[in-house]
Amino acid sequence: MTSFWSNWIIILTSITIVGVTWILFGNRKRDNTENQTTGHVYDGIEEYDNPLPAWWFFMFTVTIIWGLGYLVAYPGMGKWEGLLGWSQEGQHDAEVAKAEAKYRAMRDRYLALPIEEIAFDPAVKKMGQRLFGNHCAQCHGADARGAYGFPNLTDNDWIWGGSPAEIKYTLNHGRQAAMPAWGPVLGDQGIQEMTAYLMSLNNRTADSTLAEAGKQKFGLFCAACHQADAKGNPLLGAPNLTDGIWLYGGSEADIAHTLRSGRNGMMPAQSKILSEDRIHILTAYVYGLSQREGN
Amino acid sequence: MKHDVIEKNVSLMIVLTIVAISFGTLVELVPLIFSKQVSEPVEGLKPLTALQLEGRDIYIREGCNTCHSQMIRALRAESERYGHYSVAGEFVYDRPFLWGSKRTGPDLARVGGRYSDDWHRAHLMNPRDVVPESNMPAFPWLFENTIDSNVTPKKLATLKTLGVPYTDADIAGASASVEGKREIDAVVAYLQNLGTVLSEKR
Repeated sequence: MTSFWSNWIIILTSITIVGVTWILFGNRKRDNTENQTTGHVYDGIEEYDNPLPAWWFFMFTVTIIWGLGYLVAYPGMGKWEGLLGWSQEGQHDAEVAKAEAKYRAMRDRYLALPIEEIAFDPAVKKMGQRLFGNHCAQCHGADARGAYGFPNLTDNDWIWGGSPAEIKYTLNHGRQAAMPAWGPVLGDQGIQEMTAYLMSLNNRTADSTLAEAGKQKFGLFCAACHQADAKGNPLLGAPNLTDGIWLYGGSEADIAHTLRSGRNGMMPAQSKILSEDRIHILTAYVYGLSQREGN
Repeated sequence: MKHDVIEKNVSLMIVLTIVAISFGTLVELVPLIFSKQVSEPVEGLKPLTALQLEGRDIYIREGCNTCHSQMIRALRAESERYGHYSVAGEFVYDRPFLWGSKRTGPDLARVGGRYSDDWHRAHLMNPRDVVPESNMPAFPWLFENTIDSNVTPKKLATLKTLGVPYTDADIAGASASVEGKREIDAVVAYLQNLGTVLSEKR
């Protein structure tokens, strides 16, 4: 703020305070005679001229004094920063520093421990759940069971790998899947054959001639990423195609559509917005989601 | 001054009323108009691209700002959830600004980059598909309507007269860059850019 505007504010604010005080005291009626009139008569209606009620006058005076005190203690008069040194940013930073002092040591203690060890710690689960609710639930669901196009994190079926290190990498750096559109390459007939083959891999009804032809093409086009046995490759984010779990729908039409148009699912990197200790706790929480009885 | 002088002279009363209510504006508003803190962009702020600008206009048309604010207040509860609190210099190219104060949905000031493009498309087609508990309306027509590329250069040119630093090349290329694009592309481009100029870990 330049000195000109600082002075502008100081002068106008002072004029306002002095003016308000002058209007209040200058117009104060000391004569306490009840029911005097102003002398205005309009259609026989007269106007009383009683003094301000004492409590009202008192409150008004208090607000003026309060205002003066406020302008001394807080920033308001131009460049004057106030005796308390308060600022909006300062208050925010102090709140953050206080919370960091309180929680940082605890999170750092967990950071030093391996994921497998802390995944079932109740405090970690609680913190992890909150972080998950704010940063992950929009896509993966509040219950982490995912949605169409967003993987279920509770079923122990991992596209990019489910070890603690792999989960942490996914959280930190995000993931970008790259399945090309096979429509132009395979043609309608090829898509039909490939769909039949994928259905047969999952023990579903499919024309065996089509499936057999699809199998040949699978080796040629798909095995590079999904492996020859179609069990997938977590290094490339190529899902297992034999387990009956379909990220983009498992109906015949859904599979054909995925083949035709390709899929490019993307998970945004979280390392840009979350600190290392929070990522660690989140990793433990996500890891723990699928490490239950029966898995 | 006898108050019946004022009461019996309407013109004088109007003048004095205006003087009385001007002080707040003169003290609180006028200095801000000339303050660098609010009139200069933060480092790295770029004007919206033509496509993002069209997305912003659709955002306004659909009334997204009725339920979503774009203003993170300087409170820990907000910066923990949304990221760095909003600063004035982020909004100097926003005309009109879309800060808002009513949050039926979450604040969107830093939604850019938080979700994938696919998520935004799925969510705008039908929010319940990805967030079952959501009460946000669906916007399926965004996937059908295409952008009218004829008016895009005029929008950029108008903003330029208001001080947004678009170059002549930006304006000349505006039509081509939105030609044939669907409204959903523009909205997603706009959302993915929101708040990305400032980032902070938490």
